[in-house]
Amino acid sequence: MTQPTSKPMLIKTYNIPGGIHPPENKVQSMQLPLGEIAIPNELVFPLNQHIGTPADPIVNVGDTVLAGEKIAEAVGGLSVPVHASTSGTISAIEDRVLPHTAGITGPCIVLTSDGQHKTIAYTEVKDYHSLQPSQLIEKIRDAGIAGLGGAGFPTAIKLNPSGGIEGQNTINTLILNGTECEPYITADDRLMQDYADDVVAGAELLAFILGSPQRVVIGIEDNKPNAIKAIQTAAQGSSVEVSVFPTKYPSGGEKQLIQILTGQEVASGTIPASLGIVVQNVGTAMAAYRAVRYGEPLTWRITTCVGEALHTQRNIKVLLGTPVQHMLSENGFNATQASRLIMGGPMMGFALPNTDVPIVKTTNCIIAPSQSEMPEPPPAQACIRCGLCAEACPASLLPQQLYWYAKAEEYERLQNHNLFDCIECGACSYVCPSAIPLVQYYRAAKGVIRYQEQEKIKSDHARQRFEFRKLRIERAEQEKEEKRQARKQAAEKAKRLAAEKKAAAAASGEADASKNTAQDAGADPVAAAIAKMQAKAQDPAAEKAKLERAVSSAQSRFEKLESRFIDAEEDQREKLEAQLKQAEVRLKDAKKNLSHFLEAQILETQIESTKPEKPKSPEKADSETNKLKPADEKSLDAAAAAIERAKAKSEAMASMSQEDKLKTQLASLEARVQKAREKLQKAEAEGSEHISAFRTGLEKMETKLATTQKELETLKESN
Amino acid sequence: MAFIRVTSPHAHIATTTGDVMRWVILATIPGLVALSHFFGWGTIINIVIASVTALACEALVLFLRGRPVLFYLKDCSALVTAILLGLALPPYAPWWIVFIGTASAIILAKQLYGGLGYNPFNPAMVGYVILLISFPVEMTRWAIPETLIADGESLPSLISALQAVFIGNTTGIDGFTGATPLDLFKSQQGLLVEQITSENSIFSLASFSGVGWEWVNISFLLGGLFLLYKRAFTWHAPVSMLAALAIMATLFYDGGSSDSGGSVLLHLFSGGTMLGAFFIITDPVSSATSNKGRMIYGASIGILIYIIRIWGNYPDAIAFAVLLMNFAAPFIDYYTLPRTYGHTKSERATRSRDQ
Amino acid sequence: MFDLIFNHPIIAALIGLGGLALVFGGILGFAAVKFKVEGDPIVEQIDSLLPQTQCGQCGHPGCRPYAEGIANGEAINKCPPGGQSTINAIASLLDVEAPSLDEEHGEEKELKTVAYIREDECIGCTKCIQACPVDAILGAAKQMHTVIIDECTGCDLCVEPCPVDCIDMIPIDQTVKDWYWEKPETGISTNIIATDREPYNDGQAA
Repeated sequence: MTQPTSKPMLIKTYNIPGGIHPPENKVQSMQLPLGEIAIPNELVFPLNQHIGTPADPIVNVGDTVLAGEKIAEAVGGLSVPVHASTSGTISAIEDRVLPHTAGITGPCIVLTSDGQHKTIAYTEVKDYHSLQPSQLIEKIRDAGIAGLGGAGFPTAIKLNPSGGIEGQNTINTLILNGTECEPYITADDRLMQDYADDVVAGAELLAFILGSPQRVVIGIEDNKPNAIKAIQTAAQGSSVEVSVFPTKYPSGGEKQLIQILTGQEVASGTIPASLGIVVQNVGTAMAAYRAVRYGEPLTWRITTCVGEALHTQRNIKVLLGTPVQHMLSENGFNATQASRLIMGGPMMGFALPNTDVPIVKTTNCIIAPSQSEMPEPPPAQACIRCGLCAEACPASLLPQQLYWYAKAEEYERLQNHNLFDCIECGACSYVCPSAIPLVQYYRAAKGVIRYQEQEKIKSDHARQRFEFRKLRIERAEQEKEEKRQARKQAAEKAKRLAAEKKAAAAASGEADASKNTAQDAGADPVAAAIAKMQAKAQDPAAEKAKLERAVSSAQSRFEKLESRFIDAEEDQREKLEAQLKQAEVRLKDAKKNLSHFLEAQILETQIESTKPEKPKSPEKADSETNKLKPADEKSLDAAAAAIERAKAKSEAMASMSQEDKLKTQLASLEARVQKAREKLQKAEAEGSEHISAFRTGLEKMETKLATTQKELETLKESN
Repeated sequence: MAFIRVTSPHAHIATTTGDVMRWVILATIPGLVALSHFFGWGTIINIVIASVTALACEALVLFLRGRPVLFYLKDCSALVTAILLGLALPPYAPWWIVFIGTASAIILAKQLYGGLGYNPFNPAMVGYVILLISFPVEMTRWAIPETLIADGESLPSLISALQAVFIGNTTGIDGFTGATPLDLFKSQQGLLVEQITSENSIFSLASFSGVGWEWVNISFLLGGLFLLYKRAFTWHAPVSMLAALAIMATLFYDGGSSDSGGSVLLHLFSGGTMLGAFFIITDPVSSATSNKGRMIYGASIGILIYIIRIWGNYPDAIAFAVLLMNFAAPFIDYYTLPRTYGHTKSERATRSRDQ
Repeated sequence: MFDLIFNHPIIAALIGLGGLALVFGGILGFAAVKFKVEGDPIVEQIDSLLPQTQCGQCGHPGCRPYAEGIANGEAINKCPPGGQSTINAIASLLDVEAPSLDEEHGEEKELKTVAYIREDECIGCTKCIQACPVDAILGAAKQMHTVIIDECTGCDLCVEPCPVDCIDMIPIDQTVKDWYWEKPETGISTNIIATDREPYNDGQAA
């Protein structure tokens, strides 16, 4: 037995409020050494294994890739790339079930492995001190490293706390989190024992990147003596402290660990970096070191595979993307024994709906417990306000008050009681003697509050757009009106001038004057005509629109009355009949007015057509340009996204059987043709200006209908 | 294949609300033994009547409310209320006293408010106060402790006890009724403490408080310590209540003069002090919620007990003090929100948010 | 004068009470002016509670006109997109009893939907563009139109004008980001009186 010869570690630690001591259950998975399992036939890589924007695939279906090859690129700052974890062929890029409790699907890259595990050549860096921190951060980011502790926050972002601003968030303490306070999980314990040198080297690397903070400390709970020993041995001679503190759940929470090691609290709503502290998981540190030193991207991790429904309980060095099913069956999984399946720990992990999900970067543990190990939750009893939850809460909240308010959906009070400082550690639910699912209440309430906030933003945005549109329409209307007025005035002025001139000419009767007058008269009538025409050009459109409106409103009123008349009771019919007649008369009048007007207009245009071409309804052009105005860059992006999504949707449609699809299509087309015909008839009856649009639409649909019918017939014949 | 979908945590402590209630019942045993030792069968009879009544009332109301009856009876909360009330009532009280008290505790104070967890007042204390106000004579007729019984006589037999309770035939027990130490002290206010203690055998024969009562209180203290050890509740409320009571008694002891309020030990170890401190004010439903709040709650009860005992009309004031502070519990909660992690100061519950 | 008052105490009482009423009325009036709480005008507050779909199902051309209508005493239950939660919010703002949704104006949709144009069928008539209250449809005459999903409020107003019926209202897919846990089903013990009847019973419950 070799005792570390370094000075005894007497680093002061602080206590956190609350906390619990659930049965540790860490022995089971530490009996066996780190295991490896066969390469699965198919691996699934979700594009969003981290917090932030999903990565963008850079491979196509059918491409062959090697282990360590990048298959999806990071998008934007808050994102990391994805790498193939073994060699093989890309067999699909599609939506698959994600490791999430609701069984939601999301975009994934599916890789069929060739079983050879050929690796691309990595570029090694012997001495990273020769590189700039920014280069190292880029390397870490490019290796696809996101927090391996469970949250999956892109590591590169955390390593750049200043955000490029000089002097902001200077880091004085780097903490490596080797706490692993959740029961059952031993992945970090195993990692610290087997890769102690890499962990310490990782700590030094991260410290170098962060500008050598005064304190670099690895925090480990005292229930991992072997890991402590291994790390202490590895840390000898380096500036890395190893701090050991009593086991208590949830001391591994980032904020809790900071409190334990520094006595400081991260202010609500801020990040640790504002205190000059960065916390990284030990696994992340190791992965970062390997990424820099050996050029190795993140393609595997250590995952604990534990639970009584398994024959072998141990830690496994597992390729990312390995389906949980594969990992479980490699460890002798007995599905009939399992009461549930948990990804993560028993306190904060989530239940998996099925085994078809892959292991991702954040998967530190898979628990397949038996019925007796984790029985179904008992029905909740009444809250007796015993206060055990408040005792257990590491954030010093009042869980039972939160529970009452969450149940009553009093969201404002929940926020007053700092609901959002809840870290969802589950300590309150754990101790609750009435077995109330407190955390679920909080999660639901948080979800609703976030949803409402989003809705609020969205509705405010919609209101803005609506008001902007209203304003725009009003302005257009106003401009139109102003132009009309201006033209009218100009026309009147011209008329008046002409009349005056005429009178003057008649009065003088002089020859030289008459010459002038002839010139004026020659000019004036033209001006007057132009003005008149301009005014007219404006007028008829408005006039026509007005008349059309009158017709359509009369029509709709008539129709409404008619239907009401049919539905009406006997005694009301009389009254309605009178109304109906009136409406009919009004409709007729309106139609007559419109047709008169149209006739007049046709006449006028015939006359005017001899004149120089009139400006073509300027307001229409205006409206079109306006329509395109909102198409700024953002909406264009959104539009592109919409098109993209539409394409995906139509592809998804392809899964239906061909005949069924055609049949449904046919039925819907028939209905639509019918509707379009009615609309066209109505439009014709009303003399709507959109007749041509309706007609085109109908024709198009009829052609489509015919084609579909033909297709269906061919299909039927071929069957 | 599909697995059940439940939210985390997936592990759960084994203790249930029913367990906590059963611990409480277990913890009353020393007190019950002491009471029975000094005062005979009376308390046990009280508890039996109260328990039967409580379970019947609870079942009836649950049935009327259309709730699962067995599920709720199994949490033993009705039984706890019944036992606490049975312990608090005078031994050999007529059966209907116990019945009315228990029925009002369960039906009025508990179920009408919505059942376990929703009652703003401690049900046992509500029952006790209703009885105290409605039937003052029956409620102040305590038994005398066994030690003080005249030579040649012994505690009433079970038969005569049952007769007294059910038929109202009190001839068998009339010789055994007497004032409690606190009653005596109150009725003889104006004398020097020394006089009171030397002239009354209930004090003169006692080691430090009142004959029998000191042991009853020590027994309840033991039960309470057991519950503390089992972490059924925190130390805050009982300790602050006892401390406040002790401080008040010290302040107003006045050197044992004729204005004295009595010794600290008298106040701590007579009447229902320990029963109240460990079994009544620790009822979580009707008390304040945070630890700080519970300290204020307990201390206020301690002070109120002293005030009512000395300057009020009731020699033992636990019930009134508790009910008064039940009123105040939400108010205390409002002002004792703990400081949340990452916040510089604790916040008021109804502060309107900055938008 | 005094005699009159002394002889008729009722007059004294009236004068006393009247005087007090005047004094306190004056104080209250002064306080009302002096300490007036400047809040949003009621219309703004109501408008901020409405869902801003601008769908017109309430009979008004947009949410704000309806907010004005409510401020002028119109019924508050005419907004199907907002549903019961909006009605409750307005009711608590106006301190009135919350009515249930008036079905005449439509039903509350379970799922949020957005408009989706089947683009190969669109003939580019711009009628939907004109109908959209929030300018969420992009396109020009004879050009294919597209809905900007993020801007669409799901108001349905573009569906009717389309001559070729190529607009569908499709429910929004749930993603990992917007999924959240439901509130636990009210267990067997977590309700209070009046509303506590639940399907659960263990054979003994009525």
